Amino acid sequence: MSKITIPIGPQHPALKEPASFKITLNGEEIYSMDMRLGYNHRGIEKACEERSFIQGLYLIERICGICSHSHSTAYIQALEELAGLQVPKRGLYIRTLIAELERIHSHLLWLGVAAHEVGFDTLLMYTWRDRELVMDHLAEIGGNRVNYAVNTMGGVRRDLTPDEIAHILKDVDTLEERTKYYAQVATEETTLVARLSKIGYLSQTDAEFLGAVGPTARACGVDRDVRRDDPYAAYGDVQFKVCVDHHGDVYGRVLVRVGELMESYSIIRQLMKNMPDGPIAVKSPRRIAAGEVYSRYEAPRGEDCHYVKSNGTDKPERVKIRAPTLANWRAVRKMIEGNYLADAPIIIAAIDPCFSCTDRAIELVRPAGAETLTWGALRQHGIDWHRKQGLDFAELNKKLNTQLGRVK
Amino acid sequence: MKYPGRMLGEVLAHLGAKPNTIKYPYEPAVVQAGLRGKIKFFAEKCIGCKICEKDCPSDAITVNKLGDKRFECIFDLDKCIYCAQCVDSCPKKALTVTNEFELAQLDRHKLRFIFHAPDAPPAPAAQPEPPAAKTA
Ligand code: SF4
Ligand code: SF4
Repeated sequence: MSKITIPIGPQHPALKEPASFKITLNGEEIYSMDMRLGYNHRGIEKACEERSFIQGLYLIERICGICSHSHSTAYIQALEELAGLQVPKRGLYIRTLIAELERIHSHLLWLGVAAHEVGFDTLLMYTWRDRELVMDHLAEIGGNRVNYAVNTMGGVRRDLTPDEIAHILKDVDTLEERTKYYAQVATEETTLVARLSKIGYLSQTDAEFLGAVGPTARACGVDRDVRRDDPYAAYGDVQFKVCVDHHGDVYGRVLVRVGELMESYSIIRQLMKNMPDGPIAVKSPRRIAAGEVYSRYEAPRGEDCHYVKSNGTDKPERVKIRAPTLANWRAVRKMIEGNYLADAPIIIAAIDPCFSCTDRAIELVRPAGAETLTWGALRQHGIDWHRKQGLDFAELNKKLNTQLGRVK
Repeated sequence: MKYPGRMLGEVLAHLGAKPNTIKYPYEPAVVQAGLRGKIKFFAEKCIGCKICEKDCPSDAITVNKLGDKRFECIFDLDKCIYCAQCVDSCPKKALTVTNEFELAQLDRHKLRFIFHAPDAPPAPAAQPEPPAAKTA
């Protein structure tokens, strides 16, 4: 049979964010997949270099709308290490609490999305309803449903009252009950099990070779979790199990995430029980001593890495971010081969992808090959390229300023 | 026990239940007390150090000196990301966070929110005048 290639994206009704997949089919079967990322490049790393450390924190937090705390904690840990700050215990406990609340809402969200991708919208509705309990707590503790902004250099910004602690514990009980029910649905609902089993299979060897991270890797039997292997915040003080599964398919990824939800509830109870008294933050300097730090954090989607280099001023010299989704893309290419086209959406959704968090760097491919451009040359290239397409930003800017009455 | 339709019981049990969503904006939204909304400025406490301006991640706050110990504060609400870093940074507690969040406007100019300075000479208990652009 002759092969045909189907483009999906960059703009496609089934995609929630732009990305481009080129799927080569052999009949109904996927022969290979090629992808192009980079449609969401926002220049965050560069923008960080032009802001002070504390301003950059709020920018970093906006890398992802779901794991905002993951990115801000990974970044702030690097800064605290550079500045030699000792975060008070209570601060670390609150930071860990938010991290686990975030994991809960992220995994519940994913469960809903995955259910939706296979047409099981009933599960989507119920998981998303239950997720609201967590969102309300995040809004109450941090001040916003999405960008909680709990971190600050040297600790956290807001303390917990005993009332809040009691309230959170009550809702954790409710959520635990609900999660047990979802675990039951996921393992006993035959249509769901049949739909998710044996698709998107990835062997343990491949997962390790391709550098998969997070639940994607753990569902293939890779026993790896930064929270246990390299404890940060208060993870050294709590007991928990790293959920590993050996199915290696999408079904295994469901089991791992549901298992992680149960572990998160137990972590939250331990944190609340042992929450020490005392200050939540220490005073931090504006300038940070020169040096470089590589910080790791187990985000809901896997290991998130931030590299920060300081030159002794109040601005970082370089910030590099590796979001977990980027580490999983190569694994997707492998796991999608040999499946049916209709399985592509759920296989891609099974790594819980976050396209815009991933897009960090762009590469200019020219006939002469790749080359490194300076910041100024890149800017000029962008201006010239758009001008060739008939878009002159200088003109547009002038027009906009006139319209807004801002002519200088 | 493995069989299809495992969620049927749950679905039927919810048939007569009250909806989980609310009809916002026809009903008031549930707002958490801790929500970070619009920032409020107390002109009489400000010393004009401009630390808030320096730390604001999005250039949304401007403090102007109008005279001796008289400062006005301008918020560009379209730029503000409601992070409340300015509140944390202010050494004199001249800024606080409120949970007012319904700040959308059709006219962009109304997003410029000015907390006026007290009249000169400053009356000790002068309250900042609420400007015209105040929203519901
Ligand atoms: S809340 Fe944040 S963005 Fe808004 S004025 Fe204050 S510091 Fe700036
Ligand atoms: S930081 Fe506080 S005291 Fe200083 S200018 Fe801003 S509002 Fe005024």
